[in-house]
Parts: sequence; structure tokens; C-alpha cells
Amino acid sequence: MRIRLDKICHVRSGDKGDTGNVGLIARKKEYYPIIEKYVTADRVKKHFEGIALGPVERYELPNLWALNFLLHHALGGGGTKSLKNDAQGKTLSAALLRMEIEINEEIIL
Amino acid sequence: MKELIRIASGQGFWGDLLTAPIDQVTKGPVDYMMMDYLAEVTMSIMQKQKRKDPKLGYAKDLVELFEQILPVCVEKNIRVITNGGGVNPVACSEAILNVARKLGIKKLKIGVVLGDDILERIDELASQEIPLKNMETGENLSNVRTKLQSANVYFGAFPVVEALHQGAQIVITGRTTDTGLTLAPMIYEFGWKEDDWDKLAAGTVAGHILECGGQASGGNFSADWRAVPDLAHIGFPIAEAHPSGEIVITKHENTGGLVSLATVKEQLLYEIGNPKEYITPDCVADFTTIQLESGGKNRVKMTGVKGKPATEYYKVSMSYLDGYTAVGTLTYSWPDALEKAQKADEVLRTRLNDLKLEFEEVRTEFMGYNSCHGPLVTEVTNLNEVVLRVGVRSQDFKAVERFGKELAPLILTGPPAVTGFAGGRPKPSEVISYWPALIPKNAVKPEVVIKEI
Repeated sequence: MRIRLDKICHVRSGDKGDTGNVGLIARKKEYYPIIEKYVTADRVKKHFEGIALGPVERYELPNLWALNFLLHHALGGGGTKSLKNDAQGKTLSAALLRMEIEINEEIIL
Repeated sequence: MKELIRIASGQGFWGDLLTAPIDQVTKGPVDYMMMDYLAEVTMSIMQKQKRKDPKLGYAKDLVELFEQILPVCVEKNIRVITNGGGVNPVACSEAILNVARKLGIKKLKIGVVLGDDILERIDELASQEIPLKNMETGENLSNVRTKLQSANVYFGAFPVVEALHQGAQIVITGRTTDTGLTLAPMIYEFGWKEDDWDKLAAGTVAGHILECGGQASGGNFSADWRAVPDLAHIGFPIAEAHPSGEIVITKHENTGGLVSLATVKEQLLYEIGNPKEYITPDCVADFTTIQLESGGKNRVKMTGVKGKPATEYYKVSMSYLDGYTAVGTLTYSWPDALEKAQKADEVLRTRLNDLKLEFEEVRTEFMGYNSCHGPLVTEVTNLNEVVLRVGVRSQDFKAVERFGKELAPLILTGPPAVTGFAGGRPKPSEVISYWPALIPKNAVKPEVVIKEI
């Protein structure tokens, strides 16, 4: 089945210099293995093509049913240097929720 | 020893909800209130203010705030800890003592934490072979030395603990970590040791939850923002800390907002890097060990946090002047709003090229269409309106200033149905860039001074 991440996750993002961080949290415990399996660093790097100009790192926090992504060079220089409306990456979180994944498992939404 | 202390979050940044700290000290029981005022850019703004007037350089909001909360804090013996002292914590403490005198308060002890501001010590440190290289790029500080605006060491909780031991009811610091402000009262009340890594980590995680104010209690809540009750009167988070390191996050009854597993998790994920190594001057906390459980309505219990030894270094945050920017906007309406805005951008860029101005970057965004999600946005047809937003950056002030004069002419010499220029020409503002570095802990010494009446 195909699902968009906003159906199974909630999020928060912020900035550290020119790096954006996006926390992706499964809404239910049983959704966590799904995002751990399918929402890989590579997949997220592709999703943010043209936004995250540097590498994407992923860290797992299974205790919080969450993944943390670091999007390097995603904020137009960061801080007061950035010319972006969203210089602090506050909406990068919502941008990740647009991602759709094709999963082999059947889950109840 | 107390079995429980309540630490309230009063402010999450300089510019936060002004009624929040007043609510925290009046709407229910608290023992301590922490207030975080400092972002990286804040220190350079404060240095600039201090250069103009040696009595400034701190969060001026604090003066008005203490006029309102000092009597109740004295009456209830609530101790207030804040890093709003910025680059001038002494002047800040004197301003607060003046407030106390004006209010007729007879006795007040303020602890001031000093020693974090090393702007005047850069050359001395270099001579001690402490080069303060950029920890991200490895560059030498000499590249930006003459353009430095501020240089501050991040101190942790222990200088604040010292001030509490000396009887301070209010503690004013410069660049103390946000988390240290919350951790300090736990160390002080429960006698935690400098190597109680798990407990220090638990207090640090609580500090991370509190440091952004309402963002842990229903603000900016993505999971279900519609379900958050009474955001207008949001109650800021409160940490109920126990000597064992068990901590409950809650808020006052009869306030708006929401404290739930989901609101706390979202804040835990905010602005973190590697969750196994959340580095502070006090310890290295492991966020993958945090265990959360619901403890009833608006209560979340946190246990199990593991910590590792602190590193041998403090982080230093420096800022330097790095050119100028200006950003301007114009609003285009239906029909064909996006196309008109795109045409206006093309005309503007042609004129900037004709003038041969040098910019490091010219950035165009179409608000209402792509300014947040850029290439990820879906196609839309015939938007009702679009805001053209153009920004430029250059080392050349004059180029940036001239850009500001090229926007308004588009109203009479560009595509039609355009408005929204009431604010006047965009003014150049200074770019402040960061220079993060490390410094051996033994190269700086926090100092605690007591000011009192």
C-alpha cells in the first residue's frame, strides 16, 4: 500500500547554523518499524533535492518512536545570512510529511 | 532534602509571550522559574547595544517583567534563573536592584555569573596557543579576527548552583546553556554530584523540554493542533523534579495548552543532532534512553535517562560581520498572479544586471506558492494572490542599498495589479555569521558575584 507520511507521523524541525533538523515521530508504536524501514537517509535526501544541498544523516530513537534527520546546507547559509523566508527551517518538518512511501506491510490507519 | 521541586519555564526566547512568566508565578505552586533569552544572534545584538551605551547589553524586557513579578517572587520565595544578562549581566542585576528599591523591597540578593565573555581575551588566548579554530570548517580565526562582534563561552549549571549556595534569589547569567538553567536547581536542592552522570542527564533533558517555553505545552504542535485547548492562555511547561532523577512535565491547572506524550516528544526532537550524544558543559545525555509515560491529564513522567561524562571543553560561540542583506516584497493579485510576479522578478533582475551590482546571492521566492517548500510544491492554477519576495546579499553596502531602490519602481513600470509597498524601501541590515569553536575548560573560569540590597 502507498501512504503519505502525514497519515502516520507527526514532526518538528529546527536549525543549527546551516543545518536543518527534522524529527519524524510515528503516531502509533506499530508505525515505527515502518518508518524505520522505509524512510531512509537516501530516500529523504532524494525528497529534499534542491533544498538540502549537503548530505542527509539519520538517527534512530525507537524509545520515542522517532527518527531524527539532519539536512546539511539546507538553510541558505543559516542565521542572518540566509535570504530564505524560512531561514530557520521551521517548515522543513511539514515538507517531510509530503513524502509518500510504498510499503509491503498492511497497516490500519 | 526536599522530595520534590517545581521548576517553571518562563520564556523560551527574547520576544516570547510576556504574560507567561507572570502566569507561572501566580497561577500555581512553583519553586524556581527559568527564562531563556539567548539565541546565537542575540549576543551580537547585545554587544552592539553595549558599545553604544555601557549600561545596556542585556534583555531589557527583564526590567519591566521584574516590576511585575518581583513582589510575588519575594513573597513566595520563588527563585528566578535567567541568561537574560546577555553581555552585561552586572548592569542587568543593577537594573533589577533598582526595580526592587522602587518597589520598596528591603532585602534582595542577586547572583551574577561572569567570565563567559572572552571577546577582550582573544589575543591573550591565542598567545596561550588556544587558537579557537572554527570547529566545523577548521578555518583559522585570523580570517575574521578584525570583524568579530562577540565571543562567549557556554557555561553549564554549576556556576548557577554556586550562586544559589550563596543565597541568591535571582541569578543573572551571560551565556549559560539553556539546559543549565533548569538543571542547576536540581543539583542545588538534591545535592547531585559533578559525576552523577545519569541524574545530570535527566535534569539536562528536562532543561531541553523547558527551554522553548510553550513549544512543549501545545504550541507549534503538529500532531493535532486543532485539539489544543485555549492556546490564547497557554500554560508554559513545569518540571516536577525528584532526587532520583525522575521528572514529571506538567503545567498549571486552569491554563490553556496541552502537555501530552506527543507534545513532549516533539520538543525532545527539536534542534538536536546525534541523540546519543547531546553534549552540554555538564554531561553528555543519551536521548535514546528517555522513557516517557503518561501520568494523568497534562502530566508526562520521564525516567531512565542515561548520561556520560562531560567533555574537557566548553563550546564558544563567536559572531562576526559578514556583509549586508536586504529583502523586499510586492503583492500581485488575480488574474495570473504568479506569472505577473515572475515577470516582475525578471524585470528586476535585468535592471540589477544593467547596474553591474555585485551580489553573493539574489534569491526569489513566491509567497503563497513556494517560499516554504520550494521544489516540493504541487502545481496550482491561478492563485488569488502571490507575494514576490526578493532578497540580496553582498559585502558591498552600496549594492544592497541600491537594490532597495529598485523594487518600488516596479509598481509603475512592471506588470499590473500590484500593491503592498507601504513599508517603504527595504533597508540593508548587517549579516552576522557564526564562528563555533572549542576551548579547554581550564582556560576560562566562571565567577559568581553577589549584588544585594
